[in-house]
Amino acid sequence: MIDPIDHLFRRESGRIAATVARIFGVRNLALAEDVVQEAFCRALEVWSFRGVPRNPSAWLMATAKNCALDVLRRERTARSFAALGDALQSEWTLAPALEELFEPQAIRDDLLRMMFSCCHPRLHETAQVALILHILCGFSVAEVASAFVSGHAAIEKRLTRAKKVLAKSPALFDLSAPTDFSRRLPAVQRALYLLFNEGYHGAAPDAAVHTDLCGEARRLAGVLLEHPFGATPATFALAALMSLNSARLPARLDSAGNLVALAGQDRASWDQELVAEGLGLLGLSASGTEISAYHIEAAIASVHAAAARTEDIDWRAIVSLYDQLMRMAPSPIVALNRAIAIAQADGPERGLAEVHAAVDGQRLSTYPFYPAALGEFELRLGRSAAAREHFRAARALTRSQMERRFIDQRLRACDGGGELRTGSER
Amino acid sequence: MSEFVFLYRGGDRPESPELMQQVLQKWMAWFNTLTEKGHVVARGQPLERSGKVVNNGKTVTDGPFAEAKDVVGGYSLINARDISEAAELAKGCPILERGGRVEVRPVMKFDM
Repeated sequence: MIDPIDHLFRRESGRIAATVARIFGVRNLALAEDVVQEAFCRALEVWSFRGVPRNPSAWLMATAKNCALDVLRRERTARSFAALGDALQSEWTLAPALEELFEPQAIRDDLLRMMFSCCHPRLHETAQVALILHILCGFSVAEVASAFVSGHAAIEKRLTRAKKVLAKSPALFDLSAPTDFSRRLPAVQRALYLLFNEGYHGAAPDAAVHTDLCGEARRLAGVLLEHPFGATPATFALAALMSLNSARLPARLDSAGNLVALAGQDRASWDQELVAEGLGLLGLSASGTEISAYHIEAAIASVHAAAARTEDIDWRAIVSLYDQLMRMAPSPIVALNRAIAIAQADGPERGLAEVHAAVDGQRLSTYPFYPAALGEFELRLGRSAAAREHFRAARALTRSQMERRFIDQRLRACDGGGELRTGSER
Repeated sequence: MSEFVFLYRGGDRPESPELMQQVLQKWMAWFNTLTEKGHVVARGQPLERSGKVVNNGKTVTDGPFAEAKDVVGGYSLINARDISEAAELAKGCPILERGGRVEVRPVMKFDM
């Protein structure tokens, strides 16, 4: 029996796709995808009847190798496969050459190589993330679309375009050159960060999607950490912030599937194992002189984790971390979260003043948690009419049932119903 | 008790690895339930989609090229009280959720 939460198929599909793409050449990406599809269909059919083999990963890779061999026999005259060279000429040389290309030593870095290739500088960040989900996490077009809360056709177009860019590059990314590696690394970190955020803050209505995306981002960050060039302080910090924030995922929804504001979260349901892992990673991230925005975000998450009760959160520490983040990576969202932290530390009046002084509301005009934060401040100041107006504006911007229910609950609080909850940071 | 062959026909292939794993888990759960209740004589085997057909006159051709919805993808040997119980058991087969069908055929009985 396979553990359903283990996502074995999803995990293995990325590894196999990356390996077959290396062997077929990035130009033949579509053929490589066919091989992956075929190998997993066979696994589904055979395992349904005979049960899961003792080493499912090896079984899948061996099946992919056989499927690849079939494709090469069929296509060898019509296409070129640089990795196989002259071996394609005869049946005698083809199989052993393929065997060698599938050796454990050869496939070791395939996943990472494909991850770097997906972060091609000619691709927009959102396209990079979509491509990573599709190729390395085995998400179908429909699954990518639901992760991004986007239309099927739009995602299909984005993926097709992205694959074309990828297929036009002369070869997959070369991991052995340290300069190229460190030049591309920030883009890779950024893509994984965005993937994680899509899971953590995204609008997908299904809670399972959030957990899945965060889990995939953490898994890929782990792959990055396994490589000597990849294990930089910034990568450790990135992995730390993923673990620390993931620890909060179970507490973000109550038993009825409703979004719970930070202050109302049951801290007992935080995943302590992930907290410990995150703190360990944060420790490892402090090894150099480099401080990235990921360091700051992980530190903020660790302050939250350090508090035994909501009342114990050290908001002043959080404010000063947000000050630092504003200097390093300013954005309207960071400014808003900073204002929320100031409201917690010094009262809603100061928070409100900070929003007016520092947050570019224009750029947050579609973000429901911007008016929601204003509503929260007004509510705490006892101005329920103004609060209600902000929450109504927020409600009009909500992107899912879950967000709507959350805002409705805040609207009821304006009428004196529901307990008072402070802060709208999630 | 009588024996029945289940022929699994057609059924869409799931489009992502995640969905495939879910379908696989349903098949394993279904077979496990049947096994626990003593209905499974043999789980049987999956079949390749096509092979060769030997025709009268001993000519050998590729095939059979049935329509996708008719292709037999596998078979099992099942124990049941009678055909209606066998059909009832087949209703739990995950292939039905993917547009496929189960053909339930009694193994011919004869008394010597």
